[in-house]
Amino acid sequence: MKIDTLTHSIGEWLRGTGPESDIVMSSRVRLARNVANYPFVSRASEQDRLEVEKMLRDRIATAPVGRALEYIDVGHLQEVDRQLLVERQLISREHAEAQGARGVAIDVMEQVSLMINEEDHLRIQCMHSGLDLLGAWEQIKVVDDQIEKIVPYAFHPRFGYLTACPTNVGTGIRVSVMLHLPGLVITRQIDKVFRSLHKISLAVRGLYGEGSQAMGDFYQISNQTTLGRTEEELVQQVGDVVPVIIDYERRAREFLVRETQQNVHDQVSRAYGILRTAQTISAEETMQLLSRVRMGVLLGLIGDVKIADINALLVRTQPAHLQKLRGVELDTNDRNIERARYLRQYFEEGDAGNRSSVN
Amino acid sequence: MKCQQCDKQAVFHITELEAGAVRELHLCEDHARTYLNQSEGGGGGASDEEGKPKGSGLAGALDVGQTADELAILDQRACDHCGITFFEFRNQGRLGCPHDYVQFEKELEPLIANIHGMIEHTGRRPSRGATAGSAEGAAAPLPEGTDELTGVICLRREMKEAISREDYEKASEHRDSIKAIEERWIPPLHKEG
Repeated sequence: MKIDTLTHSIGEWLRGTGPESDIVMSSRVRLARNVANYPFVSRASEQDRLEVEKMLRDRIATAPVGRALEYIDVGHLQEVDRQLLVERQLISREHAEAQGARGVAIDVMEQVSLMINEEDHLRIQCMHSGLDLLGAWEQIKVVDDQIEKIVPYAFHPRFGYLTACPTNVGTGIRVSVMLHLPGLVITRQIDKVFRSLHKISLAVRGLYGEGSQAMGDFYQISNQTTLGRTEEELVQQVGDVVPVIIDYERRAREFLVRETQQNVHDQVSRAYGILRTAQTISAEETMQLLSRVRMGVLLGLIGDVKIADINALLVRTQPAHLQKLRGVELDTNDRNIERARYLRQYFEEGDAGNRSSVN
Repeated sequence: MKCQQCDKQAVFHITELEAGAVRELHLCEDHARTYLNQSEGGGGGASDEEGKPKGSGLAGALDVGQTADELAILDQRACDHCGITFFEFRNQGRLGCPHDYVQFEKELEPLIANIHGMIEHTGRRPSRGATAGSAEGAAAPLPEGTDELTGVICLRREMKEAISREDYEKASEHRDSIKAIEERWIPPLHKEG
C-alpha cells in the first residue's frame, strides 16, 4: 500500500461534510490502552516492544471492528511517509519521531486508526467529519470492546484503565473537536473564549495536538481530565460547549460582514490573490491565507471556490504531501516554490488536473 | 545543559504536568532543592522570592512531607516489577508499568487528585472477569488474572537477570511460568487459514 494511495485521496477530517462543517472540521475520540503483561512503552526493552507490536498487530487483525483495517509498519517507513501520516492526523508527531517497533492500523475511510507503541501500547482513534462526537464515540466503543475480548488491558479497580502518564488514567479518553475560528480571531475575542474554556477544564491546542501552534485559525478543544467521570459525561462535556462556540463564531462572522464588510472583503480577496499569484510561499502562510479564503467563501465574498477544494489544499500544501505529490524530496526553499506553483495551478485549472480525485 | 536559573550544570530535569500541559525544568541541585521544597510546602503557592517558578504540578502535588531528605528516600523506592524508581518517574513524568499504580498507590493518589480532581474511576470496565469475586463489598473487582499478568513483567526481568548470570535452569523455569500465565489468561487466537 498504501501511503501513495493516501496522497491522492482525502482524509476524513478534511472531507468538509457533516453537521456544522462550516465551523467544525472534525470530531475525534481516542482511547489510551495498555496490555497488562508488559512494561509501558518508555520502559520497555526493544524485545518487549517487538512482542507488544506483534501481539497487538495479530490480534487487531482478527478483531471484528466493523472496518477492514490495513497495517502500516511505521518503524520501517521513510521519514516523508511518516510525516504524511502525521499531516493526515492518522498518527501523532510523537509516534512518527519515536524509535523501535511501532505501527498503525487504519481503515480506508481514515475514520479508525490504532497506533501501536505510541506513549501507550495502544491508542485507538475514531474521527468523523463535522460535528459528530456521539457517532465517533459509538464507533470507538465497538472497536474497544472487540479488542478487549482478546487483549488483556491493564486495569486498576480505583484508577481505571492504566496509562503511562497519570494525566490519561481512568477512562483514557480524549474527546476533541477541530474548529475553524477566523471570526473570533479577527475580532480578537479568541483569548476570552479560551480563558473561559480553561475555567471549565477544557484544553485548547493547535492543529496537531499537544504542544503544536495554532495555525490558520484552527483549534482543537478537548477534555482535560480523564478520571472520575464516565466516558459519556466527558463526551458530553466537550459536546455541550461546541454549540456555544459555534454561536460565538457565527456572531463574530456576522459582525464582520455587517460592520466591516469592506475590510473583510479586502482581506479575503488579498489572501486569495496571494495564493493565486505567489512564486514562493511557506506552509504557515499558506495555511493562514487558506483559512481567510475559507471564511470568505462561507461568507459569500468569494464565489468561485469550493470549500472541499480549500480543505484539500490545506492538507496537500503541507510538506510531506507536497513532496509525495511531486514525487521527489525537496528542501524548504524548493518546497516553498513548489507549493506556490501547485497553488497557482490548482486555482487556474479549475476542476482539471490535480483535483480529479477530490470528491 | 545549564541550570535555568544559574550557570551551574543542570542535574535535575523536572517535568511538571500542569492541567494536561507539560512544562520542563532543568535545574542545578541547589535550585532544584529550593524549587521542590517550595512546591511541597506551599501546595503550589510558592513564595516568589527571586521570581522562582511556582510548583503547582507534579512536585507540588506530592504529599510526601516537607524535607528534601524524605523526598530523597521516596525517590529511591523502586517498582518490584519494572524496576523504575520514583525519582525516574518524577523526572520523566511517565510511569514504568501497570504495577506502579499498585506499588506507588499512596504517593500517586494526591498527584492524580491534583490532575483530575477525583480519584475513583467511574467509567467503563473490562468485561473480562467483571462478575468474578465481587464479594469484597465496595471495592470493584479486578479483572481476572491481573496480578498474574502484571507479575509476568517481573518474571521476564528475573529471567533476563538469570540469563546474564548464566543460570539457565532458573531462566527456563521463569520462561515456563511466563508461558503458563499467558496461556491461562490471554485467549488464543483463532486465525482462519
